[in-house]
Amino acid sequence: MKNTVVNSNAHLSIMSKKTSKWQILWKQIVKHKYFYLLMLPGILYFIIFRYAPMWGLAIAFKDYSPFKGLMGSPWVGFKHFIDLFTYDYFYTLLRNTLVINFMSLILYFPVPIILALLLNEIRHDVFKRVNQSIIYLPHFLSWVVVAGLTFFMLSTDVGAINKLLNSWFGDTFAFLSNDNLFWLIVTFQSIWKDAGWGTIIFLAAIAGVNPSLYEAAVVDGANRWRQIWHITLPAIRHVIIILLILRLGSMMDVGFEQIILMLNPLVMEVGDVFDTYAFTQGILRGDTSIGVAVGMFKGIIGLIMILGANWITKKFGNEGIM
Amino acid sequence: MSSVTKKRLTAGDYIIYSIIAAISIICLAPFLYVVSISLTDPEVYVPFEFNLIPEKFSLDSYFYLLSTNSFLSALKNTVYITVVGTIFNLIVTFSMAYGLTRKSLPGRKFIFYAVIFTLVFNPGIVPNFLLVQELGLINSHWSLILVSLTNAWSLLVVKSFMDSLPAELEEAARIDGCNDIGVFFRIIIPLSMPAIATFTLFFAVAHWNTYFNALIYLTDSSKWTLQMLIKTLVIDSGSDAVGQAGATPEQATLPQETIRMASIVLAMLPILVVYPFLQKYFAKGVMLGSIKE
Repeated sequence: MKNTVVNSNAHLSIMSKKTSKWQILWKQIVKHKYFYLLMLPGILYFIIFRYAPMWGLAIAFKDYSPFKGLMGSPWVGFKHFIDLFTYDYFYTLLRNTLVINFMSLILYFPVPIILALLLNEIRHDVFKRVNQSIIYLPHFLSWVVVAGLTFFMLSTDVGAINKLLNSWFGDTFAFLSNDNLFWLIVTFQSIWKDAGWGTIIFLAAIAGVNPSLYEAAVVDGANRWRQIWHITLPAIRHVIIILLILRLGSMMDVGFEQIILMLNPLVMEVGDVFDTYAFTQGILRGDTSIGVAVGMFKGIIGLIMILGANWITKKFGNEGIM
Repeated sequence: MSSVTKKRLTAGDYIIYSIIAAISIICLAPFLYVVSISLTDPEVYVPFEFNLIPEKFSLDSYFYLLSTNSFLSALKNTVYITVVGTIFNLIVTFSMAYGLTRKSLPGRKFIFYAVIFTLVFNPGIVPNFLLVQELGLINSHWSLILVSLTNAWSLLVVKSFMDSLPAELEEAARIDGCNDIGVFFRIIIPLSMPAIATFTLFFAVAHWNTYFNALIYLTDSSKWTLQMLIKTLVIDSGSDAVGQAGATPEQATLPQETIRMASIVLAMLPILVVYPFLQKYFAKGVMLGSIKE
């Protein structure tokens, strides 16, 4: 008897606590009404343009027809994914994506580090600043301009290099339609456009090194090479590791704009990647379900890889990105 | 490498200086080549012959481009999207970032993580396209403005900038009777001017350079942006795009090449003009990027 009374009292007090908690929350919400008002356009943007399309992922599990719409099209389960995984071309897309990324990892990744180390060795201030300005510049150009400049360098009719080849050897070489060169050309484009800009983060890390370390090294008789090896490189090691892990986490990404601008029928076999395939199949050819399935596959693998990369970064004792 | 090493240049120095100079030349060479050909008088221009310095200087290719309807319309469209788009970007990004700085805001964490999720997962090209189609925005310039209204990275950078502003001013304004909106416009916005300058450039360059969205959402060539036109002119060796604009017989004799090169120079020009500012502000922006709560 006594127990029940106590229990019911406790129950009552929880009830009143709950209502007061909701009241407090409501009060807080009302108090912040202007903040919600300010955030409204942004929140609507995220709901409409970033989250609403996620419903569209259902199309990957349906036989989508524009006439029946998203709701009316019949469910087919994993049919499109099974089709995709048993389709040889899927492995071509996967290979192209991975090869382009591995080439970038091997050829692109070290360039900003080496450039930053070289720039750091320049003691002439004006020379350093002028050259920095020049090598940062390509970063701000659009991929259309970069592709256009590539074209004016390498094409057989207007390319500068082919004009030179023509005047020296009386012959031209079709760089842009050669499927052996495609991967190398897009990797070099990326280096030309972004490697200079990529030095900024390393230069900032180097700028944080205590100058007395170098002074001590000089006293100990360390030459320039040893100073770089024992002082500068260790100082930027953690930046290199984080960027490397993040790079590995984005191995499924290939710049859509860059690739679509460089693709032509002769290099399709080596240049087509998931995004360009989703675009040509899903939008140009109207095979919507396959386009969505390819995009979804890429998105989910990419998500797993980036979360994995973040987890590994934290394992290494770094802060991670999230 | 500071005060200790103030001595004569060594052989090592010369090697390093030459490498850097060579890299700069590789960065500049395509520009010089394109600019030089675009300035060559079309009358004396010889195709298939390498020539770095114009034999006869002329601006005809530029005048020609600026007289075609297709180029002028693309220029107008691009300027419109860049100006309107950047203004919307700034309003949406800064007002939302301000909300995200408010620790006591109910639901802030949820919104924050919902924003970050868009950074690591994207449903892909086709669902985004279907949405724009569903909204009836295909062939409207609003498609380009609305789909990139703000983004997670900018929000996070602006939020961390606002977090670093002194709280005392805000408290003082509240004591003087400002409400949240008043604080935002009278305190936060004026203090955020450096960030606003940086992001004006960020957004404007992104709009000016965007190709992907224009390619997908603008199918009608009268709606095209500059990047779309340049792509057609330069890469599809599109004699047609300029030709369509009603070239007179004399104009039709102009060699394609000088015009194509001139078009690419005009597309780069605004970027080159604002470049000194870009370099200064962007470098700061890059260093600010962190998703930390």
